[in-house]
Amino acid sequence: MSQTVTHKLMLYFPKCECEKPIIYHLVKDYNLIVNVYRARVTPEEEGYLVLDVTGTPADIEKGMAFVRTFNVTINHTGKGVTRDEERCTHCGQCVAHCPTKALHMPNQVTREVLYNEAECIECLACIRVCPFGACASAF
Amino acid sequence: MKTYEQINKRIESGKAVVLTADEIMDYVDKKGLKAAAEEVDVVTTATFGPMCSSGCFLNFGHSAPKIRMSEAWIEDVLVYTGIAAVDVYLGATQLRHGDPANMYPPGEFRYGGGHVIEDLVAGKTLQLFALSYGTDDYPRREIRTYFTIDDLNQAIMVNPRNCYQNYNVAINDSDRTIYTYMGTLEPDRKNATYCSAGQLSPLLNDPYYETIGVGTKVWLAGAQGHVYAEGTQHAGVCERTPDGVPTEGAGTLALTGDMKRMKPAFVRGASLRGYGISLALGVGVPIPILNEQILKRTCVRDRDILAPVIDYSSDYPQKTGKVIAKVSYEQLRRGEIEIDGKTIAVGSLSSYYKALEIAHLLADEVRKGDFLLAEPIARLPQDGAMKPLVIREKAS
Repeated sequence: MSQTVTHKLMLYFPKCECEKPIIYHLVKDYNLIVNVYRARVTPEEEGYLVLDVTGTPADIEKGMAFVRTFNVTINHTGKGVTRDEERCTHCGQCVAHCPTKALHMPNQVTREVLYNEAECIECLACIRVCPFGACASAF
Repeated sequence: MKTYEQINKRIESGKAVVLTADEIMDYVDKKGLKAAAEEVDVVTTATFGPMCSSGCFLNFGHSAPKIRMSEAWIEDVLVYTGIAAVDVYLGATQLRHGDPANMYPPGEFRYGGGHVIEDLVAGKTLQLFALSYGTDDYPRREIRTYFTIDDLNQAIMVNPRNCYQNYNVAINDSDRTIYTYMGTLEPDRKNATYCSAGQLSPLLNDPYYETIGVGTKVWLAGAQGHVYAEGTQHAGVCERTPDGVPTEGAGTLALTGDMKRMKPAFVRGASLRGYGISLALGVGVPIPILNEQILKRTCVRDRDILAPVIDYSSDYPQKTGKVIAKVSYEQLRRGEIEIDGKTIAVGSLSSYYKALEIAHLLADEVRKGDFLLAEPIARLPQDGAMKPLVIREKAS
């Protein structure tokens, strides 16, 4: 059995696809483990979903092919939370509030704040505490 | 011993030896204080953080027919008009008209005076709306127009209180989240916020105000500005370490500079959830190395600078004066402090990253001969402590 891998994805469901149980089929038919960070259905009935998908590369590929048969956009960068590099002043206010250290300050000399989006669990704390509006949610 | 004139001559000839306040300690350790004091001309210091007591005077020039502007708003942010006809003062903390503030707490305070100042420096087109009661010489009673900073005759930043010498570390001892000018503080001491550039900060490198005084030329968001007075709440009398480094707020600077020459990267509106609007500003101050003593004081390190930890849920608002502990900036910069056996996550509102960038930019300007030093015309007061506001029942 080949090794499993984990991909972080952001899926966008237009109105017409919002009521279909697509994630259920990823689990049942494609043997994938899903870990949902954040999901939202807008008042316009569009859906956004940020999740980890774990499985063998072959199963993930098949699962994604299944998702693509719907009118769903797959964003492989999984960027539900983004940081505007230009707005960030590197003050470090977010660092104390970020539970997974996705926002961190590894270099003690320059004290630059870095953002490792793979570690982000989309709690949105950074958006609430950043005085400069540097962090934003895609939905 | 060197004089300002000698140092300025060396700057003009492009031969000045300039180091930043984070480079100077190792340099002095290596060279020795005496040799380094002879060699080094200038140490650059800097800070970048929210400085609420900031603002600017703007002059719009006259429309035809003229208006006196007795009330005015820029992007719906009220400006002060109790001065001459088309002069206004825009304050950093002013809210936008209709902002619900903390009516549904915590308020978001997305846009206000600090953001207008940022947008002005960034060259954005802004809306002016002004009213007047009309006079014989200024008959117009209303005006709405759009302008950029280039349309203004003057845009002069005038900040009554910047560059706090040292500052509190804020924590929350209560059982609910609180929202302060030191950011969001989680209950039960979950996190702490500090706000100082520590060893890079201007007045921590000149703790007795020996070189930084009224008239000192400063780098104000990229413009060449100056110290025009002691800052408001300046209190030279304060608790100090044996080396003279204040362990509380202490000194402040009143700064002014031409906004038309400022760089947008160092002028940023700030929204502090549940608290309000501020302006984050970059300031650089060159310290002339006139003698060994002045050089020695610029060698202060984060581990030598202590900040008071204060409970912002009770002791700060109730003005009890209680200090829970004192911690060094070296401890704070590790990202965690330990108080009474509990580990507290530490965040900062002051950007060391930007401060370092400013210290280097200023050092480069001095090295290139583009930034000469100015000798102060008056020293900042070393006496005087911070007075409280007394609530009196009646006029005595």
